[in-house]
Amino acid sequence: MILIRLAGQSLWSRRLTVALTVFAIALSVALFLGVEKLRTGAKASFADTISGTDLIVGARSGGVQLLLYSVFRVGNATNNVTWESYQDIAAREEVAWIVPMSLGDSHRGFRVLGTTPAFFERYRFRGGRALSYAEGARFDDLFDAVLGADVAAQLGYALGQEIVVAHGVASFTEHDDKPFRVTGILDKTGTPVDRTVFVSLEAIEAIHVDWSGGGRSRDTVSAEEVRAMDLTPGAVTAALVGVSSKLQIFGLQRWVNEYPEEPLLAILPGVALGELWDIIGVAESALVGVSAMVVVTALLGMAAMIFSGLNERRREMAILRAVGARPWTILLLLMTEAALMSLVAVIVGVGLLYTGLFFARSYIDTAFGLYLQIGAPSGRELAVLASVVAAGTVVSLVPALRAYRMSLTDGMQVRI
Amino acid sequence: MPTRTDRDAIRLRDLSFTWPGRTGFSLTVPEFSVAAGEKLFLLGESGSGKSTLLSLICGIAAPRAGQVAVDGVDLARLRGPARDRFRANRIGVIFQMFNLLPYASPLENILLPLAFAPERRTSVGDPHAEALRLTGALGLDPDLVLRARASELSIGQQQRVAAARALIGGPRLVIADEPTSALDAATQGAFIELLMSQVDAAGATLVLVSHDARLADRFDRVRDISEIAVTGRAAA
Repeated sequence: MILIRLAGQSLWSRRLTVALTVFAIALSVALFLGVEKLRTGAKASFADTISGTDLIVGARSGGVQLLLYSVFRVGNATNNVTWESYQDIAAREEVAWIVPMSLGDSHRGFRVLGTTPAFFERYRFRGGRALSYAEGARFDDLFDAVLGADVAAQLGYALGQEIVVAHGVASFTEHDDKPFRVTGILDKTGTPVDRTVFVSLEAIEAIHVDWSGGGRSRDTVSAEEVRAMDLTPGAVTAALVGVSSKLQIFGLQRWVNEYPEEPLLAILPGVALGELWDIIGVAESALVGVSAMVVVTALLGMAAMIFSGLNERRREMAILRAVGARPWTILLLLMTEAALMSLVAVIVGVGLLYTGLFFARSYIDTAFGLYLQIGAPSGRELAVLASVVAAGTVVSLVPALRAYRMSLTDGMQVRI
Repeated sequence: MPTRTDRDAIRLRDLSFTWPGRTGFSLTVPEFSVAAGEKLFLLGESGSGKSTLLSLICGIAAPRAGQVAVDGVDLARLRGPARDRFRANRIGVIFQMFNLLPYASPLENILLPLAFAPERRTSVGDPHAEALRLTGALGLDPDLVLRARASELSIGQQQRVAAARALIGGPRLVIADEPTSALDAATQGAFIELLMSQVDAAGATLVLVSHDARLADRFDRVRDISEIAVTGRAAA
C-alpha cells in the first residue's frame, strides 16, 4: 500500500516527463488497437461482401478467380456458362432462386453487369443487408441503367443521365448507337456493387446483336429495331444461386461440378472469401507487426526515462533505506511506478481509441465502406492490454535492478 | 539467534570491515561502546571512516568479522532483511541535508518510518497527533507540517522535520550525521538544543557526528573517530 502511494506521489512530482511517457505509450496502444480494429473490421467487411448467396456458379477455373470476377469485378472469365446449362441449373428442385450475371463491358473504367431485377433483391451484404436506392429505382426499360454509389459520385451522374457502354473492359469502341439512361442510384455499400453499372441481361444481348468477333458488323440494328428481337442470351458469365434448404448446398455443388455437358464450377462464397483473405491477409500481419514494434518502442522509452531518473533519485533511495526499506523495496517501488504508468497509459490509450472511433466511424464507413463496431474490448484486445502492462513492468526490471544494486552499495549515503 | 550482550546502546568489538570492490577501503574498531541514554559527540572529518562506521551501526553494511551490537542485538548475526527491519524499528537517522522525500508532505515524511517499523507503529497510538506533537516541540507550525510540500521548506525546517521523523515511535537510538552543517551558525545551536531535549524526552541514545567541534560542549562525551577506528587502504 505504502509502495503504491509513494510511487504515485513520486510520479506526480515528475508529472511532465511522466505524462509524456505515458502519452507515448497510450498513443502506441491506441495505434495498435486501432490497427486491430481496422484489421478485424476489414476482414469482417470483406467476408460480408456477399451474403445470402449459397453458391456462385461459373465456368470451370479456380474458386478464387471465379470469386474475383463475379463478385469483385476483378479480372475476366476464361469462359462462359451457356444459357442451356444455366436453364438446367435453374430447373433443379434444390434451387430456390438464381440470378444470372453477364460481365465483359465497361463504362469509363467501371464494370457493367447485365443481370435481372432479382439481383437487387437477392444480393445481400454485411450480414444480410439488402441494397437500397439513394435515388430512383431499378431498371424497367431495356436501356435503363442503375449505378453503384461510387460510379455516380465519381462521374457526377444524376438520374436521367445518358451513358454509353464501351465494348470490353479497356477499349475505345463504344456501343454509342444504344445509349442507356440512368434510372436509379444505389446507396453506398462498401462492396464492389458501388463500382458497378447495372443493366438488364437483355440489354447486354441487345448492344451486342450487331457485333461479331469483337467488332461491329455491317448490318447495324438500331436501338428501336432491337426491341422487337428475341434477346435471350446465348450465355452468361456466372450466376448467384440460393438453395431452398442449406442441407442441399453440397449436393447441388457436386452436381454442378460434375455437370456433364460443359465444365462448370460452383463455389461457396464464404469459403472462397476465406481463401482470398488468406492471400491478401499477409499485409495485415505486417501492419500488426509494425504497430507492435511501436508499442515496444514506447515501452523502451519508458525504461529509458526511469533509467535517466535514477541518478537524481539516489537521495530518495538513501532516505528510504535509512527509514528501514530493503533494497528489494526499492526495486518494487520502481516496478510499481512502471506498472502504474503502463496501466494509466493503457487506460488512456483505450480512451483515445474509442474517442477516435466514435468520431471517425461514420467517415470511415462512407469513405471506405469499412464498418467498425464500437463494442467492449474483445478477449484478445484485453489480453493485449494486459500484456502491455506486464511488458512495461518487466521492462522496468532493468532500471529497477540497477537501483537495487545502487541502493545496496550506496546504503544511506546520499551521493549526488 | 540475536544474542543480548549488555545494557550498552552500541557496542563494537574486534570489528573489521572492507568495502567490496576495488577501493579496498578497510576499517577496524577494536573496542567502542555507547551507554544507553548517553549523548555522544563523534568528531570526524570526511574520509575518517565516518560513513562506514555509521553504515555498520545502522546495519546497512555487515562486518567481515567482529561484533556490532545495537541495543543488545548483534547485527553481524542478522541477515540483510532482518538488519533493515531492525534499523526501521530501533534507529532514527538524520542526514546532513536532503532528508525528505520532496514530493511528499512533511507529515508523510515523518510517518514514513512507521510503514517499515511495526514496533514503532504500535508504540505510537495516534501517529498523526504524535507527529504534530513532535513538530510542535521542535518549533514547527502545524499548518506547515500538514499542508506544505517538503520541497517548500527551508533547510532549517527540513532538518526539524527530519528530527521528528527520526524520533517518532521512540527508537532506542538516534544517529545524526552532520545534521547542522547545512544550517547557519545562529540556528545550529537551537537545533541541537531542540534535538537533545526531544531525545531526552524519548529516553533514547544520541550519536551525533560532526566535523565542527564548537557544538561538542553540550554532549555527555566527545570522541574523535580517529581514536576509535583505524582505517586503511589495501594495496590494489
